Amino acid sequence: MKPTVGERIFDGLNTLLLLLVIFISVYPMLYIFNSSVSDPDALLRNRSFMFLPEGFQLEAYKQVLQNPKVYSGYINTLFYVTVGTAVNLLMTSLAAYALSRADLYGRKFMMKLITFTMFFGGGMIPTFLLVQNLGLVDSRMALILPAAISTFYFIIMKTNFESIPNEMIESARLDGANDFTILFRIVLPVSKAILAVMTLYYAVDHWNEYMGPLLYLRDQGLYPIQIVLRDILLSSSMESMGPGADTGYAIGENIKYATIIISTLPIVMVYPFIQKYFVQGALVGAVKQ
Amino acid sequence: MDVRHEVITAKGIAAPKGRFAFLKKEWIRNKYLYLMLVPVLAYYLIFHYGPMYGLLMAFQKSYSPVKGILAGTWVGFDNFTSFFNSFYFWRLLRNTVILSMLSIVFGFPAPIILALLLNEVRHKWFKSTVQTVSYLPHFISVVVVVGMLNAFSALDGGLFNIIRSFFSLQPIMFFTEADMFRPMYVLSNIWQGAGWASIIFLAALANIDSQLYEAAKMDGAGRWKQLLHVTIPGIMPTMIIMLILRLGAVMNADFQKILLMQTASTYEVSDVISTFVYRSGVLEANYTYSTAIGLFNGVINFAFLVIANAISRKANSSSLW
Repeated sequence: MKPTVGERIFDGLNTLLLLLVIFISVYPMLYIFNSSVSDPDALLRNRSFMFLPEGFQLEAYKQVLQNPKVYSGYINTLFYVTVGTAVNLLMTSLAAYALSRADLYGRKFMMKLITFTMFFGGGMIPTFLLVQNLGLVDSRMALILPAAISTFYFIIMKTNFESIPNEMIESARLDGANDFTILFRIVLPVSKAILAVMTLYYAVDHWNEYMGPLLYLRDQGLYPIQIVLRDILLSSSMESMGPGADTGYAIGENIKYATIIISTLPIVMVYPFIQKYFVQGALVGAVKQ
Repeated sequence: MDVRHEVITAKGIAAPKGRFAFLKKEWIRNKYLYLMLVPVLAYYLIFHYGPMYGLLMAFQKSYSPVKGILAGTWVGFDNFTSFFNSFYFWRLLRNTVILSMLSIVFGFPAPIILALLLNEVRHKWFKSTVQTVSYLPHFISVVVVVGMLNAFSALDGGLFNIIRSFFSLQPIMFFTEADMFRPMYVLSNIWQGAGWASIIFLAALANIDSQLYEAAKMDGAGRWKQLLHVTIPGIMPTMIIMLILRLGAVMNADFQKILLMQTASTYEVSDVISTFVYRSGVLEANYTYSTAIGLFNGVINFAFLVIANAISRKANSSSLW
């Protein structure tokens, strides 16, 4: 069938619209990158859309990378992401495997108990006081334990485990394997895709976490990168840059732009490698409980 | 322990002698599963049901960390009434509902429209390029997004004011301008989330049976008719479930983002229930009062979810339970 004139017009418009989507998604980052390497004075006088940098300097990047807070924030975040995600994966796998077994007595009740927490909870203040009472304030565990399982991700993983053929598990049982062996030797190895998706989701959540540290951390030495970023990006004064950052207003804007670039760089770098799991994850997530 | 023997008897005809015998058998058969669930249930009881127990504070005069919750003085609904009568109540409620509603009205259709447009693309490489690029903003943290908005709203050389001058408008301070708060909030949410949220609808589109399209073509349906009679009905269940979930969070405007974006001069439009709870509870330590406000918020959310789900079930379509 040959496309009609109307269809062709539609196709053309559609392509234009989607090109606009690409442009809108990328342009802010392009603007920020170009601004970060531009000359500070040119930046202040700037009246252009910054499709190219105006002038060139890397001083702003030097300033950001020499800031000890940025450095320690990165180290802390690395800890929260790796340890936090490891705890998430272990706990979520245990929950998903045990509750995916159809012959488990009390399974329906436990599922109700868990899914209810998705729709109703104690809220910010009771949670905050609980964490305080457990003595977790100003400890790294405050960002790891309260977020040990995301109920939504658990449901995705459980749905995925339910599609594993039951014969596989039953025959392993007949061979005398216990459930721990089955989970770690059989179920997880055949669920590599869902594990990758879960790792991605949890890791991104830890990377972005801002509310937990805001509530539970007073000790600056434990601050993750997001809190450091807030101090640099959203404080009107430049004192957050620490002593020696007394470079005046001019470079201040460049420092903001450079900070944004440096903080999004890790994501952009791993992006090509994790990309292929997105759609898989969504396909898994789209399965109704 | 002879596992094989157990399996056979569990499925055997020998009826368990009452409940106790059954539980014993179940324990022997699945004890490792129960062991796995010990840390899981402990986590849910401590970190999810613990705070729900803490909600009792909402009906008390004050909170004492030493004595515990049950030792407090009960004051019934006093905390709630003083909140309903407070100077801020209507402003907080209005802002919370308006920001959520704007996010739903504009933010909910955006990923669906994007998915439908992508679905009509014939070149595979172009489709996947658009997808890949539109996911990117999702991975930028909320702090950085607000930092970007902040940098863009600089009076000298900020992008927003450059755009304004392009249309010969005077530069303004976006972050302290109350009129600019809602558009910035809603549009940046769409910028950040639409691409990522479209994944789920694209997955639903991919699941539509291609025979339905063939049949529609045989009946002489053009692309527009196919969209109306095959595509939209095909993703309707997904749309409904997503909308129910959205409505269940109608009172949760994005706390983190608003907290980062708001300035004292925009409280009139930007202060919402959750940011007020944070200031009143965490910063000023009015624990019982702010717990009551949070509970009020949670109950409304839950009611919305149940009602939305019930309506959807009545209409004989998808529902959460």
